Amino acid sequence: MSAANSTPTVPGDDRLAELKAKSRETFFSKLPIVKQLKIAVGWQKGMLITGLVLCAFFLLVAIFAPLIAPYGFSQIKDASGKAFDTQAAPSAEHIWGTTVGGFDVFSRTVWGARTAVIAIIIAVLCSIFIGVLLGLVSGYFGGWIDRVLVVIADAVYSFPSLLLAILMAIMISGGQSSLWGGILASGLSITVVYIPQYFRTIRAEVVRMKESAFIESARVIGAPTWRILTKHLLKNSTRTLPVILTLNSSEAILTLAGLGFLGFGIEPTAAAEWGYDLNRSVSDVTAGIWWTAVFPGVAIVLIVLGITLVGESLNDLADPRLRARKSAGEVIGSIEDTSVDPSTQKSAAEVVLPGEQTPDAKASKGEES
Amino acid sequence: MASKAQAQTEQPQNKAVDTPENKPKKNRISGGFFRFVIVRFLLIIPTIFILVTIVFFVMRATGDPITAALGGRLTPQELQARIHAAGYDRPLLSQYIDYLGGLLHGDLGTTLTDNQPVITVLTRYGAATFELALLALIIALIVGIGLGRIAARRRDQAVDAGIRTFAILCYATPVFFLGLLLKLIFSVWLGWLPSSGRSSLASEMQFSRLVSPTGFYVIDALQLGDPAVLLDVLQHAILPALALGLLTAGVFIRLVRTNVISTYTSGYVEAARSRGVSEKRLLSKHAWKPALIPIITVMGMQIALMLAGAVLTETTFEWKGLGFMLSTYLKARDFVAVQGIVILIAIIVSVVNFIVDVVSALIDPRVRY
Repeated sequence: MSAANSTPTVPGDDRLAELKAKSRETFFSKLPIVKQLKIAVGWQKGMLITGLVLCAFFLLVAIFAPLIAPYGFSQIKDASGKAFDTQAAPSAEHIWGTTVGGFDVFSRTVWGARTAVIAIIIAVLCSIFIGVLLGLVSGYFGGWIDRVLVVIADAVYSFPSLLLAILMAIMISGGQSSLWGGILASGLSITVVYIPQYFRTIRAEVVRMKESAFIESARVIGAPTWRILTKHLLKNSTRTLPVILTLNSSEAILTLAGLGFLGFGIEPTAAAEWGYDLNRSVSDVTAGIWWTAVFPGVAIVLIVLGITLVGESLNDLADPRLRARKSAGEVIGSIEDTSVDPSTQKSAAEVVLPGEQTPDAKASKGEES
Repeated sequence: MASKAQAQTEQPQNKAVDTPENKPKKNRISGGFFRFVIVRFLLIIPTIFILVTIVFFVMRATGDPITAALGGRLTPQELQARIHAAGYDRPLLSQYIDYLGGLLHGDLGTTLTDNQPVITVLTRYGAATFELALLALIIALIVGIGLGRIAARRRDQAVDAGIRTFAILCYATPVFFLGLLLKLIFSVWLGWLPSSGRSSLASEMQFSRLVSPTGFYVIDALQLGDPAVLLDVLQHAILPALALGLLTAGVFIRLVRTNVISTYTSGYVEAARSRGVSEKRLLSKHAWKPALIPIITVMGMQIALMLAGAVLTETTFEWKGLGFMLSTYLKARDFVAVQGIVILIAIIVSVVNFIVDVVSALIDPRVRY
């Protein structure tokens, strides 16, 4: 903004002020998701918004779980001390029925959102922190540490992540665990699996950039190594992080559920976890009891769907080849402006590119610069 | 993996350019290529070594296998005697070296819970997993390549949006939930297909008459020449293979679509189009082959993911394969068996990655040695 104010002006000449140069983007509009929302066009925008709505929904459910859920996640008796019926079909009292252990399915599904969100946050934050740090150091300094780390990261990366997470879960918690112990163990086992991804991405970017002129010059003027790492390298290598982050979060949920399903996750009395509930419902399904499996399962599908939709859209928008093509209306519009005979423009729009012009594309015409 | 492969290929590449005896025509499969194959093959060893080391120490960090497997069933003195006899009270490092020594001689040890040589376990249950993975891969390839190409061709249209949604749903659904749904619909509600196991008891009896059973039930059924047995085996295989196959198909669809689009919109395809090549030919000849390189690379990695999916699928359908046994042995803390299975998986993953690198080097005309 200060740059705009200090523009040299000539008295009486206001052409510069009239010049409709694009104003500088505000901080808000440069935030990852907000920026993509503005670029997105047509059904790609729909995908992104659907994903964001789903994510927000689960986030809200996770935060307000105590208010939404009628019962506790490990509650098997009502207020008067009467035990819930086991495997009861959905009814007014238990709108989604009860499980074989007498838990209320609706309450457990709602509480499960909280477990899932906490586990994702722990897993993603830890793996980003460790992975990015290792990637920066390894890429910048090189040498034998770099080589050893790369070989280890490649070995871990190529190994099926769920199996690794199981091994980690057993090591951390010994297979069964308390509330936070269980969430932490699951979160950390997922962390170990995803560190290599961040490590590899950041390292590749750092190696590419470290010989570039601006790093050289920072080094020449005596900037401390730490500052070069955090200020120059880190800030320039985080371009692809939002995409990996969202894709990892969805994988983290699936891994958590997989751990729970195999019985290496969180104890049912410690926290509600969808994977565990599905594990208990395997025998129910054979008996035709569908409600214990369907509701937690659909919850997993929807939350993963939401996160994946956001991640996919970010990924597509980051790649100009995959970004939805500029709306047909816009392209034709620019031709119309320069065309000699304006009367042909309408028929041209209909004949040349039929079906390409969607209402969404038209609406977003003005948004794209 | 890919970046590592590139780094590997670049080094010999420079050397090959320098040597004058490389004839330009025969350049592709020359001495340089074999050097690349050998170097890449040798890289398998550190990968497996690292994974073996991680698994060994992670497993030992939870205590000794005998206490875990038999603890509570024996008196402390007896337990101590057993531990001493098995050598688990020796320093960790010497145990590790002993284990590595055994590995080099192909000795994976004997399982603790059911006292079988680990090799026997691997061969007996490995066939079941391999059969499942192969059937799933066939389904994934048919669905993934078919739908992916359609989506790429009809890019940004309703068909494309529908296929993409389907792909994301495939990816977002945990394989065990999909398995439960399939079970619920096709075996419980409709009653068309069996809900679990690899074959019915009657077929199992037939198999025991075979002189040289392969463990692949489809092949064994063909050996018997009994159409009823073959039908029975296939009926059992359909649901697990579909669950695992669709999980993988989701990734394949995305992969094929993205890569075909990026070649489809590239300059040389545009040039071919302007020469009047038909859209059909453009897709099947011009755009498809270059798109194959990244597709094959990622497909190879998916096989590793499939192994993790197999653990979950096998547990859902009680398909007695390596994954099912792995989760059983893990619950019993039979660490010798777990180590054996994990090493086998590590070897499979490394070998598949090796093959992927070699194949993609063979296909890609840009890679020369």
